[in-house]
Amino acid sequence: MTVEAGERAARAERVRAVASGLRDQRGALLPILHAVQAEFGHIDQADLPVLADVLNLSVAEVHGVVTFYSDFRNTSPGRVHLRICRAEACQAVGAEALAEHASAGLGVGFGETTADGAVTLDQVFCLGNCALGPTVQVGERLHGRVNPARLDAILAEAAR
Amino acid sequence: MSERASGSSAQRERAPVQVYVPGDSAARSVGADLMAERLAAVAAAAGRPVQVVRTGSRGMLWLEPLIEVETSAGRVGYGPVAPEDVDGLVAAGLLDGAAHELGVGLVEELPWMRRQQRLTFARVGIVDPRSADDHLAHGGTAGLRAALELSPADVVEQVVESGLRGRGGAGFPTGVKWRTVLGAQADQKFVCCNADEGDSGTFADRMLMEGDPFILIEGMTIAAHAVGATEGYIYIRSEYPDAVATMTAAIETARERRWLGERILGSELTFELHVRVGAGAYICGEETSMLESLEGKRGTVRPKPPIPALAGLFGKPTVVNNVLSLASVPTILTGGAAAYAALGTGRSRGTSVFQLGGNVRRGGIVETAFGITLGELVESFGDGTASGRPVKAVQVGGPLGAYLPADRFDLPMDYEAFAEAGAMLGHGGVVVFDDTADMTAMARFAMEFCAEESCGKCTPCRVGAVRGVETIDRIRRGEDRAANFELLEDLCELMTDGSLCAMGGLTPMPVRSALRHFAKDFGVEAAG
Ligand SMILES: Cc1cc2nc3c(=O)[nH]c(=O)nc-3n(C[C@H](O)[C@H](O)[C@H](O)COP(=O)(O)O)c2cc1C
Ligand code: SF4
Ligand code: FES
Ligand code: FES
Repeated sequence: MTVEAGERAARAERVRAVASGLRDQRGALLPILHAVQAEFGHIDQADLPVLADVLNLSVAEVHGVVTFYSDFRNTSPGRVHLRICRAEACQAVGAEALAEHASAGLGVGFGETTADGAVTLDQVFCLGNCALGPTVQVGERLHGRVNPARLDAILAEAAR
Repeated sequence: MSERASGSSAQRERAPVQVYVPGDSAARSVGADLMAERLAAVAAAAGRPVQVVRTGSRGMLWLEPLIEVETSAGRVGYGPVAPEDVDGLVAAGLLDGAAHELGVGLVEELPWMRRQQRLTFARVGIVDPRSADDHLAHGGTAGLRAALELSPADVVEQVVESGLRGRGGAGFPTGVKWRTVLGAQADQKFVCCNADEGDSGTFADRMLMEGDPFILIEGMTIAAHAVGATEGYIYIRSEYPDAVATMTAAIETARERRWLGERILGSELTFELHVRVGAGAYICGEETSMLESLEGKRGTVRPKPPIPALAGLFGKPTVVNNVLSLASVPTILTGGAAAYAALGTGRSRGTSVFQLGGNVRRGGIVETAFGITLGELVESFGDGTASGRPVKAVQVGGPLGAYLPADRFDLPMDYEAFAEAGAMLGHGGVVVFDDTADMTAMARFAMEFCAEESCGKCTPCRVGAVRGVETIDRIRRGEDRAANFELLEDLCELMTDGSLCAMGGLTPMPVRSALRHFAKDFGVEAAG
């Protein structure tokens, strides 16, 4: 077996274990997808048949669910995952300008990762911090009252 | 040394000073964790033992991070406190509640707090959300105990009589919904809490779950007793990791206390509760889409009928209620339906938890009886814009809600009054914009958001929203304006009339209200 094939088999085995551990929950597919993504950073095309098999679903059904939800990614994000809130309350205090600053500074658009794999930039609609906007999320960490200078500092801190 | 200081040295030998710092994610987003660490370190260096309790937030978000110090007179507040302010504050006598330029005095005496009627949010910002004992010490489980003394039908009638209407947006009477579920015959029933809170400008569900998770558990358990359900789910959006963690921990604790599980509080009631996490889809806040998602499927909207009360989760009779609806129920059971119904106006009874956000000087949580005017919220509570510029518009009720100009500040916060004005209360979010806002951009965004978040099931929404964006773009560029205004109006009509759910059906509301009230931005004298 090549190294790659070995890695693939190991991942499939692990995905099967994660899925089997959660399958008895009702409507188990979403919890399983969250668990797989938490462990591997993304849901791979190759995971789908494994999940389908464990849950007794068709691959098409699993694919349909994975693609419906914007949280599920088919590639892992960069080392820093930056999400900028673009919803109305944050727009009212300058979110669009902040998003432009981030995009220009990083040289990527929403949904993209910088060439060095350092930062993935995403948009999000509301983080529940609408009185302290503009708001961004770095990983799971929320930051409020973010202006361009503060965003640069947050990114520098996160990169360390 | 002054007498005051020597008094505090006597205090020093007694218990450590109780200090409260919010652990709410909004407070943490502006540095509460660093500040709390610094406070513990500085107090230790000063030889003053402190016990820092991480509470929820009082909802005075402009004061975050807020420190509250327990004194014989009550809790004295300081905010907003940056880590670098801590040394000076402690030196100035913060731990004795001394005066300081960041001091706000007794927190409960602040006009912002005194002018509210906190029922649903009574404990938020006060208790340690991870402590079951704290919950009990502040009246927790009284609502559930009262409910367990009553028959299910009597609990339902209490909720009907209270006049409580769903806080998730549609405003359907909660007791009437429960009556339907109670009357349905089935081998299993469910209670599902909608904690998807996707509306921009809303954060009350999050703050309640992070600040008083046990009250939500209690409300859901009362619902289970009232309708005969044995299993429940809280569907929390993935954008709220702190709420997920707090709720999950509280459920674990509640199980240990026998507030959940079998024979709850020694009664015959069995109720198991689980947290489920969404995956970044606004439409999953629509109740049938949420149920599909809970079943592990794509979050597409189901046609109604059947209504979820009769055929909901896995086809079983299901209560679906918003966080705030369910968390209001314990108060109704303890204080009585009549007392709750005595608050409010018209057919909007009780209190509502309004949320002030956007370009507002004092943003946060305002829980008051229905009937307060929009202007009182924005001007008296909110104190105008954060930028200091004039208010141009407020959007009430989230991304599907109307944009209203300042000359509609006389509107009372009341479901029917808003409907008459071509607007809606929704989940109670009020987002303020100053005079730099371009309402053509906001109208475009409403269509863009719908295009982005449509579940794709019906054409008027899926395709109409994309065409709406294009059409507004042409209007903004000044192309063939008359024809494009007409096309936009046609699209709005089609979406309103032909969409399966309110996503497509209400997206025209922000668009049309922007056109109607801010015609000048669109370069017309008056429109629609
Ligand atoms: C597009 C759309 C999004 C919605 N989002 C939410 C939401 O995030 N939270 C919520 O409680 N209700 C939301 N609702 C309303 C629910 O469909 C439903 O009316 C509500 O959960 C019922 O609970 P209630 O009666 O306690 O309000 C949404 C409705 C639509 C059409
Ligand atoms: S109106 Fe939009 S969101 Fe609602 S069912 Fe139709 S396509 Fe789905
Ligand atoms: S609108 Fe940005 S956090 Fe709510
Ligand atoms: S094309 Fe069908 S809604 Fe416009």
